[in-house]
Amino acid sequence: MSDPLPTAILIEDEPQIRRFVRAALEGEGWSVFEADTVKRGLIDIGTRRPDLVIVDLGLPDGDGAELIRDVRNWSSVPVIVLSARADETDKVKALDAGADDYLVKPFGVAELMARVRANLRRSRSDKTASPVFTFGNVEVDQSARIVRKAGAEVHLTPIEYRLLGVLIANVGRVMTHQQLLRAVWGPGRSDSSHYLRVYMGHLRQKLEDDAAQPRHILTETAVGYRLVEDAPGH
Amino acid sequence: MTAARPDPDQLLDRLRSDELRAGRGRLRIYIGASAGAGKTYAMLTAAHEAVAKGVDVVIGVVETHGRADTAARVEGLARLPLRAVPHRGRDLAEFDLDAALARRPGLLLVDELAHSNAPGSRHPKRWQDVEDVLAAGIDVLSTLNIQHLESLNDVVAGIVGIRVKETLPDSVFDTADEVVMVDVPADELLARLKAGKVYVAPQAERAAQHFFRKGNLIALRELALRRMADRMQGDVLDYRDAQSIRDVWRTQEALLACVGPGPEGEQVVRSTARLAGRLNIAWHAVYVETPALQRAPRTERMRVLATLHLAETLSATTAVLTGANVAQALVEHAREHNLSTLVMGPARPKGGALWPHPWHRQPADEVARCGADLDVIRIGAPRSDTPSPSGTAGRDARSMASRAAEPASGRSRWTAYLWPVLGAVITTACLQPLSDLLEPTNIAMLFLLGVVGIAVRQGRGPAALAALLNVAAFDLFFIPPILSFTVNDAQYVLTFGVMLAVGLVVGQLTAGLRFQARIAAHRETRARKLFEFARDLSGALQRDQVVESTGSTLSSAFGSQVVLLLPGDDDALVMPHPAPDGLDLGIAQWACDQDRQAGLSTDTLPASPFRYVPLRAPMRIRGVLAIRPQDPRWLLIPEQQRQLDTFASLIAIALERVHYADVARQTLVGMEAERLRNSLLSAMSHDIRTPLTVLAGLAESLATVPPALSPDQLDQVHAIRDEVMHMSTLVANLLDMARIQSGAITLRREWQSLEEIIGTAIQSVRRQLGPRAVTVTLPPDLPLVEFDAVLIERVLANLLENAAKYTPPTTRITLSAACVGKDLRVTVADDGPGLPPGRADRLFDKFTRGDSESATPGVGLGLAICRAIVDAHGGHISAGASAQGGAALTFTLPLGTPPVIDADAELPVLPETA
Repeated sequence: MSDPLPTAILIEDEPQIRRFVRAALEGEGWSVFEADTVKRGLIDIGTRRPDLVIVDLGLPDGDGAELIRDVRNWSSVPVIVLSARADETDKVKALDAGADDYLVKPFGVAELMARVRANLRRSRSDKTASPVFTFGNVEVDQSARIVRKAGAEVHLTPIEYRLLGVLIANVGRVMTHQQLLRAVWGPGRSDSSHYLRVYMGHLRQKLEDDAAQPRHILTETAVGYRLVEDAPGH
Repeated sequence: MTAARPDPDQLLDRLRSDELRAGRGRLRIYIGASAGAGKTYAMLTAAHEAVAKGVDVVIGVVETHGRADTAARVEGLARLPLRAVPHRGRDLAEFDLDAALARRPGLLLVDELAHSNAPGSRHPKRWQDVEDVLAAGIDVLSTLNIQHLESLNDVVAGIVGIRVKETLPDSVFDTADEVVMVDVPADELLARLKAGKVYVAPQAERAAQHFFRKGNLIALRELALRRMADRMQGDVLDYRDAQSIRDVWRTQEALLACVGPGPEGEQVVRSTARLAGRLNIAWHAVYVETPALQRAPRTERMRVLATLHLAETLSATTAVLTGANVAQALVEHAREHNLSTLVMGPARPKGGALWPHPWHRQPADEVARCGADLDVIRIGAPRSDTPSPSGTAGRDARSMASRAAEPASGRSRWTAYLWPVLGAVITTACLQPLSDLLEPTNIAMLFLLGVVGIAVRQGRGPAALAALLNVAAFDLFFIPPILSFTVNDAQYVLTFGVMLAVGLVVGQLTAGLRFQARIAAHRETRARKLFEFARDLSGALQRDQVVESTGSTLSSAFGSQVVLLLPGDDDALVMPHPAPDGLDLGIAQWACDQDRQAGLSTDTLPASPFRYVPLRAPMRIRGVLAIRPQDPRWLLIPEQQRQLDTFASLIAIALERVHYADVARQTLVGMEAERLRNSLLSAMSHDIRTPLTVLAGLAESLATVPPALSPDQLDQVHAIRDEVMHMSTLVANLLDMARIQSGAITLRREWQSLEEIIGTAIQSVRRQLGPRAVTVTLPPDLPLVEFDAVLIERVLANLLENAAKYTPPTTRITLSAACVGKDLRVTVADDGPGLPPGRADRLFDKFTRGDSESATPGVGLGLAICRAIVDAHGGHISAGASAQGGAALTFTLPLGTPPVIDADAELPVLPETA
């Protein structure tokens, strides 16, 4: 595409972290704007219309999750969260507020860039959705409702199929238990995340080579699930 | 409205009594109309049946009275030795309560329930021993003759002419779980008597001849059968209550027994108790203290108190009322407490006169007049030929009392009588010079004033004397002829009469007023004491403050020695220092455990100098209040008893409040400490992670941002990055350990899929595993297990990392799981070099590593954290050798019952997600 340089806004109060993240992004051809407070970040997102926002959860003048909730009112820009907190509830809060992905400090630059690419790809591909989605050796034809693994058709139950559909629609993005339950079962089952585990297990049995060591349908422990097109670490 | 709703209060009562009964033994009483009916024999027969069923039956005490067939039944039953109690140079054999409690049989036989224990025993009565045995959960069989039943005592005495001293409260009989009537016709009993089968003590042979008359036996039998029928009725009612079979909502009526000062009070109480029992309603007993009765002799007052005490043992609510008018006080009390029926004693001539004064109504008539809506039952006069020792004693005391009349209390009374003399002399002396100036009428008026003055200040007696003296002085010095008692004018007779009457009336009124004032002052003092005490207690913030204000207030309020006994750390009461003389911790503990008052003037160890009052607060018993009044009689007065109870519950509530204030304070401190610890831990975690992130990020930037580095430099940069990541794990481990050790960890248990967690755990340690292959073998039907996903992932990751750390890169690691019994067992095994010998048990201790000094990084926290997490889940972790010769670390988690997953059919219709 003949777009100008993609724009990223980095909201982080630690200058050293800003420094290397900026270096990594610029190395891949991004134009990066920095902000160190929630207030400043909101102004930047509003005025610069970025293609990506990277935000730290613990900012001096407020909570990053609040910022995400604000932004989600008027923008669908991909948001990646950086968190120094060990507690999973903070991540879930940020994701439920509308963040697309998260990374726990300390994180590797390579990992960050992989997430950035995945999220950007999704936000771009939304516009040119193809009915056939492929991950690994699995091919999902959403117009014909046919799932094939290594060429052989796989039978999915309606729930499994719907679950897979939600994951594909949000590929690369961490979906919290709440979001998945709401999307598949409706608002009534929002407290029964064990349903999710059972059907995720079924999906893995049917679509993964080794269900115990999945490569595409990944678990984010105590947070949610994520579908990735490329196997991690390869 | 007419639906048979069970009364909530009754339901509560039933629940409470069920609860009470749950841990209690069952009491069965064999009742007979007279001695010789065969109760003991029947009891022993039942005991043999129980033995045949395998029950552990022990004889506590059985009187065979030398009867051969009874003695034969005793054979083959275990028997507790009797306790020897020395009494007046002889040893009395008594039932050994402590031995029975220590032996704890399944069923205990205790003959003669109404028996009085030898002085010095724990309880004065055997039935109280039996209560303790029942409370300990031991079933009891016992026997009883009908004449020993408290409420029938005087009836039996009326029939057979012998008053039995050993009595059993009706409540024991009525609350016994089962009562079995051992019945025998009069003729057969007489035949048995002739055959010598009925035991008669040698010294009572004559009385026995009088007793065992056919008429008596028939009457007693009828009495017993009737009492049995009453009880049966009670059972039926209870059953109906329990099943809520009730058509009519009965308004809760109750009887009021009016106890007078005479000996008939006891009879009124017994009759009312019987009546109330038959009607199955509650009853009250009151005594009205009037100014006249206030002056009654001590013995009479003691008898009233004893009568009220008797009423209490017959489960009445008692009260002492005060008022100038008996009838009015009674009617007011009856209305106030919704008592529709008053039971009163027989008409009794006032002041020993043979006929009642025409203007002095009997209280019963008076009550009928001012309380027309109330029913009055009048008890007939007791038969005069009934030999009632207490009755005659009472009458003697009364006549002595009337002889002794008013001046009961010595010296101050005498000085009171000096005043009229003095008054008369002074008035005469003052008026003498004025006799010419004043009319005799006015002089009489001034004398009258003197009488009134004396009457107001000194009361009725001195007023009468003053009237007499003043009239005499008036006559002698002012009425011609002077210095002579001769009266010329009959008019003056009237003057004398009026002066006397005014003196007496004023004296009477003043006495009444003074009495009322004194009663009011008493009440005011009581109320004030209570108020002050409540105020003091409400300000107390610590236990010591409660103890202190209890000590000072109660000893000043009651003029007695007061000790507050509070439980120590082990819940047993602690003796205060210095130990007060005569205080028995054993009795106090008993009172505390049984939630019953003990000691002075109670049923339990009444000879003790202290009264022990359990301090019952809403949640539990908070201690025992021991009080030693200067006058033991003091505790018999219902008002004082009630006052004491009020104080006790105030103290109990204060103690409870202080206790919970303590608990709240500790909780607050704990919460604050935990908040501080958590914020410290998360701040540390945050502050350490930030520089680590910078380190790792900058190192990677070096590698990725041009100019490109040499391969050697690149290796170094990667090494820096790896070490930083490793350090991050270490810090996380340390912080987690701190969190687990401080108990601040809370499990977020959810129904999890083990397969999923294994997947993420392997993923998280992929880098540390390096080339080592991990094989996962799980059974296909593995259920969901409830655990905290993050923590169990940490356990698995640590176990895998541990396996990677101590094995060569070519090692194969196997992760397997299986359901074993009620547990899920997860094993991480390898084919490496295995565990160092003899260290397996210490492996999970903190800072323990396979080799004490090796190049392998780590401080040995990983496995300690694993153990802490698994323990918190209720599982167990252990180390051993794997089948391939390497190490195998295994942990278990309880399986529980996983939730049911509905089938696909329940899928809601949703708009298609594009």
